[in-house]
Amino acid sequence: MRRFLSFRDFDWAMLGMVLLLSLVSVFQIYSATLHTRYAGFHIKQIFFILAGIAAMFLISKVDYHRLLDLVPWLYGAGLLALVAVRLFGHRALGARRWISVGHFQFQPSEWIKLILILAVARFIANLGGRRLFWSDIFRAFLLVGLPMILVLLQPDMGTALTYAPILVASLFLGGINLRQSLILIVCGSALMVGVWSSGKILKPYQKARLTSFINPDNDPRGSGYQIRQSLIAVGSGGIWGKGAAKGTQTQGDFLPIPHADFIFAALGEEHGFVGCFLTLLLYFSILMRLIQNAQTAADLPGSLIIMGVVAVLTFQIAVNVGMVIGFMPVTGIPLPLMSYGGSSVLFTFLALGVVMNVRMRRFVN
Amino acid sequence: MDLYSGRSDRHEKLSSVKLAVVQYGILFLMLALAAGLWRLQVLGADNFRLLAEQNRIRKEPVLAARGKLFDRYNRLIVDNYPSVSCFLVREQGRNVDADLPLIARGLDLDLDQLRATLHRFRSAPRYQPIPIKQDITADEQAFIAAHRNELPELETVDEERRLYPRDGFAAHLIGYVGEVSEEMLDDPRYAVYEPGDVVGKSGVEQTYDELLRGQDGSRDVIVDSHGREVGYLRTQHAIPGKDLRLTIDNDLQRAAELALGDRTGAIVAMDPRNGEILAMVSRPSFDPNAFSIRINRGEWNQLLTDPDHPLMNKAIQAQLAPGSTFKILMSVAGLEEGIAQNLKVNCTGGATFYGHYYHCDERHGLVNIYNAIPYSCDTFYYTLADKLGIDRIARYAKEFGFGEKTGIDLPGEQPGLMPSEQWVMKYYHRRWYAGETISVGIGQGAIEATPIQLARIISGIASGGHMVRPHVVFPDQLSSDFRKALLENYPGSGETYIPIDPQAWQIITDGMAEVTQPGLYHTAGSAHLQGIDLAGKTGTAQVASHEALSHMAKSHSNNPNAWFVGVTPRRNPELVVVVLWQNGEFSYYPARIGAEVVAAYVDKQRRLAHNLSGTPKSPIEIGAVWSEPVVREAKDGKPPQESARIRGGHFFVDLPQSSAGGAHRLVGPKDLGLGLPVEPWKGTHP
Repeated sequence: MRRFLSFRDFDWAMLGMVLLLSLVSVFQIYSATLHTRYAGFHIKQIFFILAGIAAMFLISKVDYHRLLDLVPWLYGAGLLALVAVRLFGHRALGARRWISVGHFQFQPSEWIKLILILAVARFIANLGGRRLFWSDIFRAFLLVGLPMILVLLQPDMGTALTYAPILVASLFLGGINLRQSLILIVCGSALMVGVWSSGKILKPYQKARLTSFINPDNDPRGSGYQIRQSLIAVGSGGIWGKGAAKGTQTQGDFLPIPHADFIFAALGEEHGFVGCFLTLLLYFSILMRLIQNAQTAADLPGSLIIMGVVAVLTFQIAVNVGMVIGFMPVTGIPLPLMSYGGSSVLFTFLALGVVMNVRMRRFVN
Repeated sequence: MDLYSGRSDRHEKLSSVKLAVVQYGILFLMLALAAGLWRLQVLGADNFRLLAEQNRIRKEPVLAARGKLFDRYNRLIVDNYPSVSCFLVREQGRNVDADLPLIARGLDLDLDQLRATLHRFRSAPRYQPIPIKQDITADEQAFIAAHRNELPELETVDEERRLYPRDGFAAHLIGYVGEVSEEMLDDPRYAVYEPGDVVGKSGVEQTYDELLRGQDGSRDVIVDSHGREVGYLRTQHAIPGKDLRLTIDNDLQRAAELALGDRTGAIVAMDPRNGEILAMVSRPSFDPNAFSIRINRGEWNQLLTDPDHPLMNKAIQAQLAPGSTFKILMSVAGLEEGIAQNLKVNCTGGATFYGHYYHCDERHGLVNIYNAIPYSCDTFYYTLADKLGIDRIARYAKEFGFGEKTGIDLPGEQPGLMPSEQWVMKYYHRRWYAGETISVGIGQGAIEATPIQLARIISGIASGGHMVRPHVVFPDQLSSDFRKALLENYPGSGETYIPIDPQAWQIITDGMAEVTQPGLYHTAGSAHLQGIDLAGKTGTAQVASHEALSHMAKSHSNNPNAWFVGVTPRRNPELVVVVLWQNGEFSYYPARIGAEVVAAYVDKQRRLAHNLSGTPKSPIEIGAVWSEPVVREAKDGKPPQESARIRGGHFFVDLPQSSAGGAHRLVGPKDLGLGLPVEPWKGTHP
């Protein structure tokens, strides 16, 4: 059966919104790094975005069914890469996250996200729509949990956490029943309490990060400092903001990493509530557009893939913006499409590429 | 084998309900985030704006540079240099105790001392930064910069710090600065000072502090999160302190410092015409730079307990019996009272008064007022004192300024002491013993004088009774208000005119000129200077007199104190020198020291006159008025009389370029139009 394929079916509207967000990102990175040693990072970000777009088009050409066929290989390679990082990775800021191949450094934990989306979609689709048994749930946990633990060991709690929404979304969409979810929630809570009180699994700085958002004033120079400066930045922006490149918190280097994890705070300071609201609206529109694409997908695995992407993006947006406005602890999760960073940009565009892939094949039958 | 069974079941789809749940979930999340933003950016905006401002704006003092000090020829003596101090700020609610070992290591401080410093400030308000180390090195600055994140409590402040001459040059006259003390802060006179301010604590630094200190400004500094300054908002500039020109002459000061060497004592060199202090030395000296930085306890204790009192400015604070230098005052009193002119005493090495034998150094034979001064014959002055009586001696002495401050513009001047009948009654509740008068006649007994006092008195007598107020800063630099306040705060005998019969002071200065001529019994032949008209008087005073003993009780030696006073030239003197060598025993040595200072002065004056040549390219025009002595011969038993005729003229002096030989050509004179007789120029150059 020959499949009809055309870029006419490419989601140009969504690409427009994504590029608009990327443009905001480039301008904000430019402003935030103006007087710092990171000046010029916005140019690099442009290259990341261009590379991302190219990767998006490339991956959209490969039938996602073919990608699903490759999942066992991809999954295995991903686990191997994580082990390799554990053994040969670069140590930076006390964690091994990066691995060098020639001139390029890459962070396998970002790629695992995409592989997991595909793997979980394949796993759920394989069940053929029947209700989930405990054994299925256990296997889903194993599928996501194995790489998660490896990433946690790097240690990179932020990235490891982004794997969780993939699991949650797939279980929800895959047909978990109320009783099972309640049992899981109770067990999960008990596990978290156990991990927290054992004092061995979480490093002290991780614990401090997770609690200091509740009362940053307890330690204004320590781990609460970032939250506090972020709140001041966002709050002092007011309704209209202080103007591009005029944020005192951003320009005075009070705001930590204003071009990456805290880029939304820089945006809030310089463009105010209006800027933030419009940006959130843009994110919302993109997510709704993605869900629409999931609805119109040709088959269950396509829908599940798109919903995996939605889950990851929603989670990252909520956690990152939540952190910036003091709802969430500092976890080091970047804001997709906004934060500076090659791996993050590439992952996002690849994920969107897979979505395009699914969309372009919606009329295949 | 097809692992992917889902592929065959293409009609399986996600339920719309579930997708709608997801959509509403996302909407809810987005609204929650928007609500959070609303709370911060709309409701809390004012508060956060304030916090953002506090974050980045820091008020910093801009410290005023202290005025510099120059010598009379505008040569720099005291300068400032930029320096960085380290402070510990306690406002950040951080417990700094744990950081102290690291701070002590990085700043090369003693940990216990650092803890003690912090302990001292425990009751001070928390906003007040604690000075930990001053004048830190570049390495220490780098340490602080590198540890901004670990040690945010450390702050550095730029200051202008005093740079004094390293070797204690004129240290006592200049004084030193230090941090304002708590006692001073309680004193209403120092109301303008705040804790931590630097204030003049001695010498010129103290007297003229108000002018020297300037006014600190302030500056709103924009800082980044590391406390690095990234800009300024508003600067109120500091007003630098006023530079002051001192009356001292660096060259003469240097000569005097070298002449005194490391002997305990003092030198004062003053211009008798106006009271300008040209040099003032006190020994032992100290390094004022040690005070500029916080002096450590050990050094301070050493300075305080040293039996030679290095911090004491002996030129104005040493109160000692003036010894034979007092005979000049005795001579004035004797001549003015008409007693000394006709007094002839046969010195047999001493004399008996009131049943007690008083010694003289030599058997001088027949002594009158003309040779009593060069011989310094005690017998003559015992007799004169006996004839004058203590009342008259005390009256003259007090009129000329014994027992009273001179009013010099330096802090801590001592008044000395002139005993009298009233004085013993008041303080000792007894009558005056007639024998005490005899001792006072040679400057012994309870009488005490300071070197600056002697300088003023001797120069006043040598200048015919024109008494001056000694000062170290040219008054033309001061406002009239400040001058008035100065007179009030530094009271003393000051500027007066005491008419003395010209004959009397001429006899005395002639006698003093004899002192420095080589000759039998002449006490200061050692001070003879070829070609220089130096009139002097030596003095040796027993230490064991009155309170002097208790003052000097810790002194390691009971040798007598040796004095020399001298003026040059003997008529219309330009320079008076007073030398005190404590425990110096032999007065001819201070005379030699004084002579060195005088020689340096005269040398320089001559060189200055000489240096004038060679510079101007065209003839220079000089208007001059001078007096010509007219000597009337002794006639009818009257002594020879001298009077002056006033002349005036107008000259052109042609100074050739290469005038090493001084081939000056003088043209003139020409009538000045003053109505003065013009005499033809005789061709010799002045």
